[in-house]
Parts: sequence; C-alpha cells; structure tokens
Amino acid sequence: MSAIQLTDLRFAYGKGPEVLRIPTLQVNAGEKVFLFGPSGSGKTTLLGVLAGVLAGYTGGVEVLGRDVAKMTGTQRDAFRGSHLGYIFQLFNLIPYLSVIENITLPCRLSAERRARLNGVGLEQAAGDAAKRLGIGDLLHKPVTNLSVGQQQRVAAARSLIGTPELIIADEPTSSLDYDHREKFLELLFESCKAAGSTLLFVSHDRSLMHLFDRQLSLPGINKAGT
Amino acid sequence: MLLFSLAYHSLKNRLLTTLLTVFSIGLSIALLIGVENVRVGARESFANTISQTDLIVGARGGSLQLLLYSVFRIGQATNNITYQTYEHWKNHPAVDWTIPYSLGDSHRGFRVVGTNEEFYKHYRFRRDRSITFESGRAPADVFEVALGSDVAKTLNYRTGDKVTITHGVAAAAGRGILDHKDKPFTVTGVLAKTATPVDRSLYIPLEGISAVHIDWTDGAPPMPGEEVPAEKITKQTVKVDQITSFLLRSKSRIDTLRLQREISTYTEEPLQAIIPGLTLQELWRTIGYAEDALTVVTFFVTIVGLLGMLVSLYTSLNERRREMAILRAIGAGPAKIISLLVLESFLLSIAGCVLGVGLVYALSVTFQPIVEEHFGLYVPIQAPTITGWIYLGAVAVAGLLIGFIPAWKAYRNTLSDGLSVRL
Ligand SMILES: Nc1ncnc2c1ncn2[C@@H]1O[C@H](COP(=O)(O)OP(=O)(O)OP(=O)(O)O)[C@@H](O)[C@H]1O
Ligand SMILES: [Mg+2]
Repeated sequence: MSAIQLTDLRFAYGKGPEVLRIPTLQVNAGEKVFLFGPSGSGKTTLLGVLAGVLAGYTGGVEVLGRDVAKMTGTQRDAFRGSHLGYIFQLFNLIPYLSVIENITLPCRLSAERRARLNGVGLEQAAGDAAKRLGIGDLLHKPVTNLSVGQQQRVAAARSLIGTPELIIADEPTSSLDYDHREKFLELLFESCKAAGSTLLFVSHDRSLMHLFDRQLSLPGINKAGT
Repeated sequence: MLLFSLAYHSLKNRLLTTLLTVFSIGLSIALLIGVENVRVGARESFANTISQTDLIVGARGGSLQLLLYSVFRIGQATNNITYQTYEHWKNHPAVDWTIPYSLGDSHRGFRVVGTNEEFYKHYRFRRDRSITFESGRAPADVFEVALGSDVAKTLNYRTGDKVTITHGVAAAAGRGILDHKDKPFTVTGVLAKTATPVDRSLYIPLEGISAVHIDWTDGAPPMPGEEVPAEKITKQTVKVDQITSFLLRSKSRIDTLRLQREISTYTEEPLQAIIPGLTLQELWRTIGYAEDALTVVTFFVTIVGLLGMLVSLYTSLNERRREMAILRAIGAGPAKIISLLVLESFLLSIAGCVLGVGLVYALSVTFQPIVEEHFGLYVPIQAPTITGWIYLGAVAVAGLLIGFIPAWKAYRNTLSDGLSVRL
C-alpha cells in the first residue's frame, strides 16, 4: 500500500499564482523520504495539503489510502488528529503547557488517536516516547525552560505518540547544530521504525539526505510556474 | 474538558493581562450590582422614613403637602384641625395609637414640633426603630424642649440650655420681633440620630405651643407689658384647642382603608387621611429619575469593562498565531479553535462577575453600618436580586458573544496561515 498518492495536484493560495502542480507522486508505506528544494518552492505548502490543513486544490490526494480531497474540513481535522504526526521547524510547543501535557495533547484532542495507544496509559505512552527520545527526565518541566534541541525532541515525541502511520516533519533540524541533527534523526528513525510509520522529511540540509531511503527534489516533480 | 484546561492554562500564562481584565470587569460588575443595591436600599429607606404609621391625618388639602409638612417638615399646613376632632379619632375603636403634631413655629431655621409622650412611645422609622435619647429625657413640662440630633449638633446646644421659639417658619428666620422671647424653653434632652427628618426638629409639648401663643390675639403678639408671664403657666392652665395633623395606627391593617374613607367623609370638619407608604412611593417616583441616570452610567462602565476584555483578547491573538497553528497541526478543527477563545472570554467574564459580587459583599459588610448611620441609607446585604441576576447573566452572555470576535479572527488566521511558520 502507498502512504501518499498524488495525481494532477494543483494548488494556489487564494487568487495567487499556482504554487503546486504535481502530475504524480507516490510514497510507499514505511518509507523514509527526504524532500528538498529551494526556499519558496512550495515544500511547506505541499505538507499542508497532505496534512489536510490547506484546501481548495484540484486533483487527487490520497493519504494512507484515504481520499483526502473528498473529505470535509471536519473529517480532515479528525483524520490528521488520529493518523498524522507533524513536526514544525521551530516553536512546536504550546508555551503554557508542560512537556508531558504537550506530548499527550494529540491523544487528548482525538479519541481515535487515544484508542491507538492500545490500552497503554496516556502518561505511560508519553513517558515511553520521551524516554526513547532521551527526554524522559524533563516530563514535568515547563516547555519554556527547554533548549531548542530538547523542544524539537518533545515535538517528535508528540508527533509519535499513538503511533500515527505518517510523520511529517518540516525542517525539524534546521535550528540544531550538526551533532544534534544526527542524533535527533537517529532517534526519530528508531521511533518511526518501532511504530512502522512512514516519514516525510523536509530539509535544506543535503548532508542528511544519504540517511534516507529516498530523496525527492520538489522542483523535480513540481511543474508549477513552468 | 480539554478545552477548559487549555483555556485555563492559557489565561494563567498571561496572568497579568488576565488579572487586569478580570479586575476591570469585576469593578464594573461591582458598580452595577452596588448601584442596584443602593437603589433598592434608597427606595426602601425612603419608604421607611416613617414606619408603622398607617395614616397621616390633616386638614383637607394636597396629600403630598400633608406628607411633606408632617414627615419631612417642608412647607406649611393651610389649616389646622380642632382638638375635639383629634380626640374623636384618637378614641375611635379601630385606632391603636395616635401622635398629634402642632406645627408652625421654628427656631433658627429648624422646625418646632408640638407633640406629646405618644411620639416618644410610638413613633417608628426604618421598620421598627423607635426614638431614643442620646442624652437627657423627654420634655414633660410646658417650657421644656428635646432637640433632634442635627439641631443639637449644628447649634451646639446641650441639656440645660435655654431656647427661644420664633413665630412662623420663614426660611431665614433669625431673631425677629416675633420671637417668643418672654417664654424661653429649657433643653431636657437630645434625641439619638435617626438619619431621618426627625433629626432636624425641636420637640416641645403641645401645651408649649399653646403657651407661647396664650396672650396673642388674632395672630398678633401682646403689647409690651401685657404678656402673661411664663411662671404663671402650667400644663393644667393652658388649653390645647388645635393641632396641625396626627399620625394614626389602626388596630388591624384591614381597618386602615375603611378608616381612611371614614376620616375623609367626616362631616364635622373637612379632613384628609393619607397612607404614608403610598404617598412616599408617589414622591419617590417623581424624584427617582436620578437613579435611572445612575443605572445608565453604570451600564456604560460595564460596556467599557467588556470592551477592555475584547481589546486584550484581540491583541493577544497575534502572539498566539503560532499556538493556533500547532493546535491545527495536531488535529484541532476550526470549531475547537473558536470554542477555545470563546471559552476564554466567557471564563474571564464569569471570573469578573464572581469578583464583582464578592467586592459588593465585602464593601457592603464593611460599610453598611457607617452608611446607615451617616446617610440613613440601609443597603441590604442579600443574594443578588432578580435584577442583579439579570445583570450578571447579561454580562456573562455578553462576554460569550464578545469572545466570538477574536475567535473569528483567529479562525481566519489559521485558514490563511496554514502550517507556515509565522513569527
Ligand atoms: N499562507 C500563505 N498565503 C499566501 N501565500 C503563501 C502562504 N504561504 C506560502 N505562500 C507562498 O507560497 C509559496 C511557497 O511557499 P512555501 O512556504 O510552501 O515554501 P517552502 O518551500 O516551504 O519555503 P521554505 O524553504 O522557505 O520554507 C511562496 O511563494 C510563498 O510566498
Ligand atoms: Mg517551508
């Protein structure tokens, strides 16, 4: 089964110029994909479409075998909440919640996501994810006290809780130094493998790309503006 | 429940703004409820300027006029009633007690009231308070006088002082030629403060009023040298032949209306009887429009308080765009985002309501005795009245509705931002 299947996707922000025109794109389940391209090429936009946050496009968008294009807004929100993990480049965390509250948030927001814990307690699952990412001792700290690297790992733990099938990461390592980048990726890979999740990873940093199963150049598949 | 906890933590995170907002709403609520309580209190206190008196009886004329001169010592009676008439009603089987008033003289701008022991025994104000003495005792002899507390305080009189009565009640009455100089009164006591018009009068026996006029003929003072000396006058030698009005308590409230009709149709003399409570209410309606103005002002204050909340929520939105994008990314739909902000605004206004009511109680409990003593205003300490609850409900609902404005803006933001990083 393919995790992502795009056909003739066209997207523009409002009445603006076309940002995406992708005739076809397929990502297999369990693959670790590295997506790169220059700034402004539409990487974040593509992720928004896949995650069901952006609407108003034409073409087919299938994620985890579900036709996202045909879903209503509410269905997309629910789908994203239970099947997807999302990591931002920076400022991933709700500043007024503690580490554990941030990690458990997706499960508290979506009953379906919670059901995916398979009977493991919420705190327990959060603790496990945090431990795997090396932040097991930070659980009850306020997130504003964490270093950037620690914050990104909390974000990773949050995206991984409840073993979502697809993890989308938008330049999660760009604010980390080289050593921490490798370490972060290692931990992320481990967790994805343990959960059997597909990983779609966006980055400018080509020095990381050899670590992935597959490398995708967005300008290579995106025909917008040509 | 999650939304609740999110809203709570988010508000706690912006503690200072939250406190200021709650405080400003709280103050406006306190003002709204406080003014409402004072309004109720003022109306009650006014209606209870005189209590337990079922009827006020005087010569026929304006009912308001009768109330004004008998209770508030304002204006004058056009006619007196005879003492026989008074005695007739006083001994009427349906009548419990009466307090006769003889008005028309004054002392340095304060009214002099001729009355008898019944006044000290039966007069009631603010439901069940009776006349008590701060010092001394009630006047017993013809030339004795008790002072209302304001009179004593303003003129600095004490027990034992001599007081001269002026004929008539001219506003600027000073020591004129119509002073009853030859017959001074001795102060026997000072009444305790009542915070009612009682404080602004002097009280002498009915016989005292007759005594100072004993040697007058046709409303003119005696020629010099023809005065009847005060020593020759005793309670037994003076005859009271008229009074101005009297207060009446019937044996049962059911009798009041029948008595009133009976008095108005009394054939011996043209009389009228008014129910003080009703006439006081009538009077309050004519002067009470000031309270409406006050209510309008407090409404605007409340609106300003709510607008302050709108401003603080709205300006916080920009720094919270990130938070909204994160919530979207982990599966929160627009409905959740909107509910979160509406909930925050609702919580703020509820907290404001609670604080406001608390403030009102704290202030009432602290200041009620002081206010009552100094202004005669009894502000009730009670659960919010129906009007109070309506105000509270209106503010909570307004807070809820106002929350939709920033919530809608936040929703628009998340739509246009998508997942892009905006800082
Ligand atoms: N919310 C938005 N509204 C309108 N236009 C947008 C919005 N977000 C992005 N764009 C435009 O869409 C295009 C693609 O932007 P996008 O953020 O997808 O690029 P990107 O590849 O992620 O760039 P970067 O590497 O800098 O993050 C850009 O031209 C950008 O100006
Ligand atoms: Mg981007």
